[in-house]
Amino acid sequence: MASPRGNCETLGYFGIITKLIMKIDVGHVAKLANISLSKGEQFKFEKQLSEILSYVEKLKEVNTKNVETTSQVTGLENVTREDETKPSLSQEEVLSNSKSTHNGLFKVKAILDQ
Amino acid sequence: MKKVKYQLIIGLEVHVELKTKSKMFCGCSADYFGKEPNTHVCPVCLGLPGALPVPNKTAIEWCVMIGLALNCEIPLFSKFDRKNYFYPDLPKGYQISQYDQPFAVNGLVNIKSEIRNPKSETNSNDKNTKTIRIRRVHMEEDTAKLVHQFGAQSARLQLPSRQYRDGGQAKRKAQNSEGFSLIDFNRSGVPLVEIVTEPDFESATEVVEYLKKLQQIVRYLDVSNADMEKGEMRLEPNVSLRSRNTTNTTNKQILPIYKVEVKNINSFRFVEKAINYEVERQKAILESGKTPVQETRGWDEKKGITVTQRVKEEAMDYRYFPEPDIPPIRWSQSQISKIKTQIPELPDKRSLRFQKEYSLSTYDSEILTKDKQTANYFEEAVRVGKTHNTSPKQISNVIINKKIDIDTILPAQLIQNILISMQTATINEKELKKIVKEILGKNQKAVEDYKKGKVQVIGFLIGQVKQTIKLSLDTEKVKKVIEKVLKTY
Amino acid sequence: MNLNQLTIKQAQEGLKNEKFSSVELTKACLEQIKKLNPQINAFITVCEDSVLHEAKKADDLASQGETLEAKPLLGIPIALKDLFSTKGIKTTAGSKVLENYIPPYDATVVKKLKDAGAVIIGKTNLDAWAHGSSGENSDFGPTKNPWNTEYVPGGSSSGSAAALTADMCLASTGTDTGGSVRLPASFCNVVGLKPTYGRVSRYGIIAMASSLDSIGHFTKTVEDSAILLNITAGHDDFDATTPGVDVQNYTKNLNNEVKGIKIGVPKEYVTKGLDKNVQTRFEQALKILERLGAIIEEVSLPHTEYGNAAYYIIQPSEASSNLARYDGIRYGNDRSYFGDEAKRRIMLGTYTLSAGYYDAYYKKAMQVRTLIKKDFNEAFKKIDAIVTPVSPTPPWKIGEKINDPLKMYLSDIFTVTANLAGIPGLSVPMGFVNELPVGMQILGPQFSEGLLFQIGYAFEQETNWYKMKSKL
Repeated sequence: MASPRGNCETLGYFGIITKLIMKIDVGHVAKLANISLSKGEQFKFEKQLSEILSYVEKLKEVNTKNVETTSQVTGLENVTREDETKPSLSQEEVLSNSKSTHNGLFKVKAILDQ
Repeated sequence: MKKVKYQLIIGLEVHVELKTKSKMFCGCSADYFGKEPNTHVCPVCLGLPGALPVPNKTAIEWCVMIGLALNCEIPLFSKFDRKNYFYPDLPKGYQISQYDQPFAVNGLVNIKSEIRNPKSETNSNDKNTKTIRIRRVHMEEDTAKLVHQFGAQSARLQLPSRQYRDGGQAKRKAQNSEGFSLIDFNRSGVPLVEIVTEPDFESATEVVEYLKKLQQIVRYLDVSNADMEKGEMRLEPNVSLRSRNTTNTTNKQILPIYKVEVKNINSFRFVEKAINYEVERQKAILESGKTPVQETRGWDEKKGITVTQRVKEEAMDYRYFPEPDIPPIRWSQSQISKIKTQIPELPDKRSLRFQKEYSLSTYDSEILTKDKQTANYFEEAVRVGKTHNTSPKQISNVIINKKIDIDTILPAQLIQNILISMQTATINEKELKKIVKEILGKNQKAVEDYKKGKVQVIGFLIGQVKQTIKLSLDTEKVKKVIEKVLKTY
Repeated sequence: MNLNQLTIKQAQEGLKNEKFSSVELTKACLEQIKKLNPQINAFITVCEDSVLHEAKKADDLASQGETLEAKPLLGIPIALKDLFSTKGIKTTAGSKVLENYIPPYDATVVKKLKDAGAVIIGKTNLDAWAHGSSGENSDFGPTKNPWNTEYVPGGSSSGSAAALTADMCLASTGTDTGGSVRLPASFCNVVGLKPTYGRVSRYGIIAMASSLDSIGHFTKTVEDSAILLNITAGHDDFDATTPGVDVQNYTKNLNNEVKGIKIGVPKEYVTKGLDKNVQTRFEQALKILERLGAIIEEVSLPHTEYGNAAYYIIQPSEASSNLARYDGIRYGNDRSYFGDEAKRRIMLGTYTLSAGYYDAYYKKAMQVRTLIKKDFNEAFKKIDAIVTPVSPTPPWKIGEKINDPLKMYLSDIFTVTANLAGIPGLSVPMGFVNELPVGMQILGPQFSEGLLFQIGYAFEQETNWYKMKSKL
């Protein structure tokens, strides 16, 4: 296997992936995941995530050419329900766990961009 | 400055709300408009921990129906995917939608266009037929309704006023200063069908034609009321301009390097305005040598302009992956065929048939087939009229010109009225005048009353004339003649 | 013997013959909880008032002639992993995010257990969001192993296993996404069942990884496990991933023994990482099975070594999406209340699904998943069931692995493949290493729980490990 720090031409596809995961943009990922991290946490997670990703990298050893993906193991298809109404929760139940409600609605800080 | 000619390029995303009884993934009622907030909600559409989605069979079938009505191919295998992003109106933090294997693909819709295209057909109205390609039709779930307590936005509140204990206005004004948003999950999970076109539109007028056609089709299918003002049909055009003076002669299909998505267009009358505003805005930027920013803008109907919504630094990464909680859908050909048989005769086809079968003009046929109820009414009237020798053309004229209220006058009654008017046409005006004079002569008191100003007495006089002439008469005609004669007295 | 030390079968008999009441039985469990829970921390919520109320109602029903056929679990105190939505009872997922969340609905399984007459004694502790293999990731303090309180009980269903082995209840429920029932069962000397994926409804159970989560339970004996599966198994209209496969009577064939049953031992499981003592126990267990008449064969599951890597891509990916709903608006606290492990998995999953990486990670893992499933399908053509140790090591000391997430993940290598393939697994006690329990798992094709119970029962009755009690 080519060394992760080799140049792109000799690395090929897998090598490039290796190179990419060596440095994860934790800040970007945290934003996508809607999680805020302190600088210290960012540093800690970057190290831990890099290690984990190095480990799962193992999968590239497996030849998966022409192998289908399995996203569900039941083999089920066409599971639907009839278009019938069923009782809903009461408004009280719906709001019961929220800290901030107003006249039957959930209340949040103003959202500015729509 | 060299005057550059710009070609307008628009692609459309239209969302149609299905009028199923229940929501897309749960049994809550989908009829949310004007209801008490958060009363049509369950663990599934509220996104409670542990809740799971189960898809609505009818919604899926209707989505396929829409696809078939738009001449799409229906792939035999389809699935749902999760579209992951964060927003307060999205309870699960992802929307169940379809990504790479939607229910319908590669369709087309023909619309009238004012733009001349030498290649396409022309019809008698001198307008061209343009084909709009449909890229895909897929299913997804609606989000909750967000109401912002800021300026103009709060006017779009769709809550019944009774939910404010002291009546709306005062309270809303106070909230404006605090700055918060309110969320109603009644709409969360309602089935939506998204219809995406290729960027085939070249004018705002074409867009309006398409929307009207789409609205007409889904109403014919009876799967949606598609009322834009109620949010049952929503439009998001992607607008770009491309210079006609392209020096690139090899690829005339090069797309512009940017596109602007416009949101918040909530009624037909704003479609053209919003698009035309946006076109002018982009033109100005291009003419100054710059490129418009690729972004999403919102239509502000009060100000008549589009405004930047929060510009995102990077494109949204939705991290689509197959929805693990919902097994995929695999159709058999016979199932698709069965759904196809449920599609009624669609407006374009019906109009053509009316022209052929009833010898009507294109114009008349299109008016009669504009909505299914009128078309059905017309054909029922024709059926009844057959036994009375009333022609389709006569019936068509009456319906179109007299603006008949088809809800109150049954087709059989309509035929009767036509027959009556036919008969009354045969009476000679001279004859009628003679009889009127006779009647007036016999009813001096009535004439005097009329002269004094009691105009309602004319009803009595009309009755007298009708009694005398034993044929059935056109009341209006009789009234006019009586009035004419009375004037001379 | 104290009432709380009974098995379900024994309690059913005792209640039916009016040897004691459900109230007495429940009180015995409650006393045990009072006595030991401060030390063990198996429970997050103890439903002291409501459970006695329910027990009284159960006694009333029994005296009115309610039968075992109609309500098999009448008056039996059961604990639920705090991922199971219980209407009106706090459900925390072991996380501060949901520390005050009270569901307005019951999970389907909870409904089924209640309909069968069970009384809910409390909600058990767990690694927050089921993220963990030791019980140390709970926001409400770690659970201790009753066999040695300096050691982990296994996770993520740590509290359920610990509560049961300490006789605080007669059964408990759990979830198994990568081993979270089988591992703590093996570390606590109890029977743990991971049913076939889809055999038991997931509706109302806080999701970890949707395509991997299996709803299971802990019992003191194999027979009890079968009794419970009879109640929890079955298609649910609210869970589209539950096939309509009939629910057989799982207690029917328990006594059928193992003569002639072909049992495979995958050669890939005797790896460098397998603890010598665990290996010894396992080999002894194999000898016992042979003695009982089973035919032991070596099989190969060639993609075993990739299972863990595939799992740690698929599971965080799905989990990151399942945890997106926790924004603090409709319930719970905001996302700043997530603990470290949750944040780690959310970010890992977000990364592996993100643009540019989806193909290399998630898609690749889904393909490897197909190969792992094929491995099992091929193996089951030749043999009826597979046995392996549940864990490569015996229970480890609390704190030993907590600072090394990757090391913690490696404790799952024997269990994750069953979740990837969707097959059932039954963990049964197979002895002790340094006085700490270890377990053996029996794996079979989808919907073969009956066979697993049959093998497990024979082994259990021969070895009697279940009769041992912790010093507490």
